[in-house]
Amino acid sequence: MITGQHVLYLVGAMFGAFAILSAFDRTNPKRFGNAAFWGLFALSLIGGSRLGDFANGLIVLALAALAGLKLIGRGAPSTTRAESDARGERHGNALLIPILIVLVVAVTGTLLYLYTPLHQTGLFEKNRETFVLLCVGVLLALAFIFAWLKPPALAPLQEGRRLIDAVGWAVVLPMMLAALGLVLADTGVGRTLGGIILVVIPEGSILPAVIAFGLGMALFTIITGNAFAAFPVMATAIAVPLLIQTYHGDPAVIGAIGMLAGFCGTLMTPMAANFNLVPSALLELKDPNGVIKVQIGTALPLLAINILFIYFLAWR
Amino acid sequence: MTYLPLLGILIIILGFALRFNPMVVVPVAAIATGLLAGLDLGQVISKLGKAFNDSRLIAVPWIVLPVIGLLERYGLQQRAKAVIGGFRAATAGRLLIVYLVYRQAISAIGLHSTAGHPQTVRPLVAPMAVAAAEKQHGPLDEETSDKVKAYAAATDNVGLFFGEDIFFAIGSIILIQQTLEAYGIPLSPLELAVWAIPSAIAAFLVHSARLMMLDRKLASLPRSGGEGDHPKGGGGVADQASANDPSTPLRGVPLPISDGEAKS
Repeated sequence: MITGQHVLYLVGAMFGAFAILSAFDRTNPKRFGNAAFWGLFALSLIGGSRLGDFANGLIVLALAALAGLKLIGRGAPSTTRAESDARGERHGNALLIPILIVLVVAVTGTLLYLYTPLHQTGLFEKNRETFVLLCVGVLLALAFIFAWLKPPALAPLQEGRRLIDAVGWAVVLPMMLAALGLVLADTGVGRTLGGIILVVIPEGSILPAVIAFGLGMALFTIITGNAFAAFPVMATAIAVPLLIQTYHGDPAVIGAIGMLAGFCGTLMTPMAANFNLVPSALLELKDPNGVIKVQIGTALPLLAINILFIYFLAWR
Repeated sequence: MTYLPLLGILIIILGFALRFNPMVVVPVAAIATGLLAGLDLGQVISKLGKAFNDSRLIAVPWIVLPVIGLLERYGLQQRAKAVIGGFRAATAGRLLIVYLVYRQAISAIGLHSTAGHPQTVRPLVAPMAVAAAEKQHGPLDEETSDKVKAYAAATDNVGLFFGEDIFFAIGSIILIQQTLEAYGIPLSPLELAVWAIPSAIAAFLVHSARLMMLDRKLASLPRSGGEGDHPKGGGGVADQASANDPSTPLRGVPLPISDGEAKS
């Protein structure tokens, strides 16, 4: 069976290669910082399950130190733009084929595997099918590119490194935030906050309680960066005791749309690094908060709509 | 006494407000919270390590970078732009509305990780949106082209968030089910997933309206050069396409985020 750990071996090997290539990149004045950063991340991806919690924690601290002390830099690009423009002209729309290979293998592969008797073979670990097939698509696409364009052997890794250096430490931040989320949950910070909110809501009417629930979901998500952390807190504080048990609202509506109210918060916070800071870096925007600024205009009306949906649909 | 760990939250808010590097703020806040809650340092570090380890699958989509980087070397972004140049009716807003539908639809059938910022936005959606905007408007200044790219990334997020919960086997639906079950409220994942549909429709309508407003705003900007569909110098699609290649103009200038210093 191909498991999630196998996928992590492959991804880890890629980051390991980034580390080695970084160490030899004389165009980057901070090359050893990059090598250490990607090397430690590769170690976590490949060996994390065997290292034990404490050793993994030390890796986390080392990654934070490398980023915090500004020891990570960026190498020079390996191709000039004039070069790539001319090449784009020559190769035409066939250049889009490898991307389509990746997407088609991942999409149709997952569908085929899950909805035909193929899944009875147990070839892939449950719920990891798409990850495995994404990797398969990438390997097939690389094989296609090598057969067709015959790039230098290290080119995919060097070009991948160019992009990962553009994103920098933001690659690791989402996992860092997951770690913070666990500590907040385990130390009962959520329950304490929920208790404070409960004191503020006026008794006896449904709408203020619904608004407090929706806003609470969004606000707590903004602070922790993750609606998954907000939901158990807000369910314990408001949704279950007030909305469901006291006012008898439909729990399916309150649960499902409450979570989506939290997602509106995700659109507005730098703490949701994976969705908001990483793309700014990946698209090389000048303003790291550029994506959030654009999203606020969608998130605020949508939050209001979700709160109204809960109010009207849970007591229909 | 129980309120003491809330200082961790305060550290996060202050850290972000003062624009410290989040890679430092986040572990410091986590360690402070743990210590104030009575854990010893070793326990907190172990907790951090465990949660980090358990969430490593977040990193899997980066596996596409070698393919995308390699294709960019051969001119992928220019091709993506040229393709859009061939569609007369294409505007940045319309293109992103089409992508919004696609993103919501694949997420709703459980294929959310087949698209995303590395997989689709950087190689295809963002350069195509910029190319479409340039067709409407002529070459864009950096600020405007950044805005269009930000809309491309935002559209991916909105499509993902308000599509994925329609799929009943997604993590968030399972989390809702298990949380409520702990209070003796049994629900099937399907019952929950159905109620993600009204919000999905609302998200489509709100975000599409904003994308149409983006089109109107682009149309109202003063043109920076060229006439109609024709860029200055008479250029052809390829010239136009390469006029604002996102992969290079910032080259050499260290990106704020990779430097650990947020400046705007």
